[in-house]
Amino acid sequence: MRVGLFITCFNDALFPRTGAAVVTLLERLGHEVTFEPAQTCCGQLHWTTGYHREAAGLARRFAGLCERLLSENDLVVTPSASCAAMIRESYPRLLPDLAAAPRAGPAAASPDAPDGAAPSWRDSVYELSEFLVDVLGVTDVGASFPHRVTYHPTCHSLRALKVGDRPRRLLSAVRGIDLVELPAAEECCGFGGTFAMKNADVSVAIVADKIRHIRETAADVVCAVDNACLTHIGGALSRLRSGVRVMHLAEVLAETA
Amino acid sequence: MTAQPRGAVGEWLAALRGAPEVSAGPAGTPGTVKFSAGAREALGDPRLRRDLHAAAASSRRRRAEATGELDDWEHLRAAGRAIKDHTLLNLDTYLEEVDRAVTEAGGSVHWARDAAEACDVITGLVTATGEVDVVEATSAVTREIALTEALAAAGIRAHETEPAALPGDASQEPGVGARRRLRELFRDAGVAISGADFVVADTGTIVVVESGGDGRMCGTLPATLITVTGIEKIVPTWSELEVFLQLLPRAGAGSRMTPYVSSWTGVTAGDGPAGFHLVLVDNGRTDALADEVGRAALRCIRCAACLDVCPVYERTGGDAYGPVHPGPIGAILTPQLRGVEGPLEASLPYASTLCGACADVCPVKIDIPAILVHLRGRVVESRRRRPVPTPEMAMMRSAAWALADSGRYEMALRQATRWARLLARGGRIRRLPGLLGKWTDARDLPAPPRETFRAWWAGGRRRWPARGARPPG
Repeated sequence: MRVGLFITCFNDALFPRTGAAVVTLLERLGHEVTFEPAQTCCGQLHWTTGYHREAAGLARRFAGLCERLLSENDLVVTPSASCAAMIRESYPRLLPDLAAAPRAGPAAASPDAPDGAAPSWRDSVYELSEFLVDVLGVTDVGASFPHRVTYHPTCHSLRALKVGDRPRRLLSAVRGIDLVELPAAEECCGFGGTFAMKNADVSVAIVADKIRHIRETAADVVCAVDNACLTHIGGALSRLRSGVRVMHLAEVLAETA
Repeated sequence: MTAQPRGAVGEWLAALRGAPEVSAGPAGTPGTVKFSAGAREALGDPRLRRDLHAAAASSRRRRAEATGELDDWEHLRAAGRAIKDHTLLNLDTYLEEVDRAVTEAGGSVHWARDAAEACDVITGLVTATGEVDVVEATSAVTREIALTEALAAAGIRAHETEPAALPGDASQEPGVGARRRLRELFRDAGVAISGADFVVADTGTIVVVESGGDGRMCGTLPATLITVTGIEKIVPTWSELEVFLQLLPRAGAGSRMTPYVSSWTGVTAGDGPAGFHLVLVDNGRTDALADEVGRAALRCIRCAACLDVCPVYERTGGDAYGPVHPGPIGAILTPQLRGVEGPLEASLPYASTLCGACADVCPVKIDIPAILVHLRGRVVESRRRRPVPTPEMAMMRSAAWALADSGRYEMALRQATRWARLLARGGRIRRLPGLLGKWTDARDLPAPPRETFRAWWAGGRRRWPARGARPPG
């Protein structure tokens, strides 16, 4: 399969290792990965902060880019649940006409399209764990990671994309992993984009409880499918010198013995 | 496109009152304290934090049990949403029906465009009875219109029953002594004032759902009963009410049934109050109704489920949201009812991480995060009119400019990551200037690696990108 990578601006700047891990992992599984450097941002930050005119401009630009990606690839994969949710769940509210456009180019599996309706191009944008489990049908990706890991289901992966236990199933199949359940896992980490600054005190109060639960697991690594949330959790763990690392799912799955 | 409400309800109400149509504008005085400032105070109260945490945990457990045992819970939610949407989009017709039915049953209907009108009407009604003491079963709408204060200003003593008998809030029930005092108040009072949870349009019936029984006392002992309610509380018939009598207790208190479900219709000779008045309050609701996205907030049946699952409310409690509507639902109702110009109202749409837990539990499927984002858009639009842009707006505009072109984006990326690395020590950034300093007050930020992903890709992917960013394991 030929996969167009949407790296996201946040990962591009701060977490190139996550992108490299996606490339390594997908190539190991026998797929071709392409990267189109014209890509920038899906517009999520502007949308959620209320700058809807600016978000519309960025979304329009991204939709155009995505059309090109989908004409040259089978589908688009991104290592960010919140950016995938922006495209799949929020674009219809931001750009109703553009969001409803059917996919041009080669059709791919689109489990979310309602029966009878032509699948939208948006349904060909997958979050990494969805792509692995739903499209490729794999949970054992041949990874090895002999560490104690706990998994934090991020809000957008859980409640917007509804990825459910897909990331956990992928982690469970990793060789040597000691996967421990995070107490109150489904509670938000308190990040919320600009919320972390606009309501910094509340945000810190929420992440403090998340950190407490992480420490209860005695895990060495916190894993998630959104680096934004991991930056928040990791930022608090780092300030406390906790010695607990945060890692994107892709980075764990890319590790081999 | 969603259908507009049939007729303009505001216009219809104005015609009904014989008044020229004028926009009432934002209702009430804007709140002056931003959410973040109110929250800071609550966050420093260890006892409040502990109580809120314990209450949230037990409410979530009870609700999950009460909703999980029904096979058709999701169907009930869908029905609840559909009934409310239908009623709101045909509110002009149903309000006329309420007016006709209540009048036919011997009651009187009064229309209030805003809080001041509502208080004037009620004060006038009480004064006409000659009573100076009234019993007031406090509800969200009586707090919203500041009724107790208005009555006091007119020389009327309002004896409030326990505040905020939210169905989810069984702990608020009065003790035996307090209850006896309340019963005596009810026995002696000539006038009672109640709220309403539902108004059944075809029979003109008021329905109050509560854990304590104060509403029922209002409908039985005093000679005059005044029910005051927002215009969004209407359901077409008793058949639709059935859906909400299942949704409300299970979503609210996590119980199969609410202890007191009381209803009254007009007046009956020799039984109950001799005079009944229904005061229907707009107070910004028709403005909300005119907003295609925001109007879904008016579906709310006040179950408080969204409060119990909210990570923000669990830490701050209700006061930071202002005096009337707490929690996630308050964050979308208050700015719509009062406009987004005041410091509190402009900050409320941002008082959320958009985690979505509220939308998942809402029994009438209000997409609270979507409405929050929509209202953030209204806040930003109102600020675009300022002659000098806020620092945030300047930042967001220049970010959008940079992100709109991959060349500009790459240059901005290089500049920003280089500056950020200069601020880093040992792979972490511990202090940032300006708005970003709010982040580093309590959290580190990883130093951006020397090589962006695109640089790694363009450079032939020769080696694994440097970790750089991560704190040491």
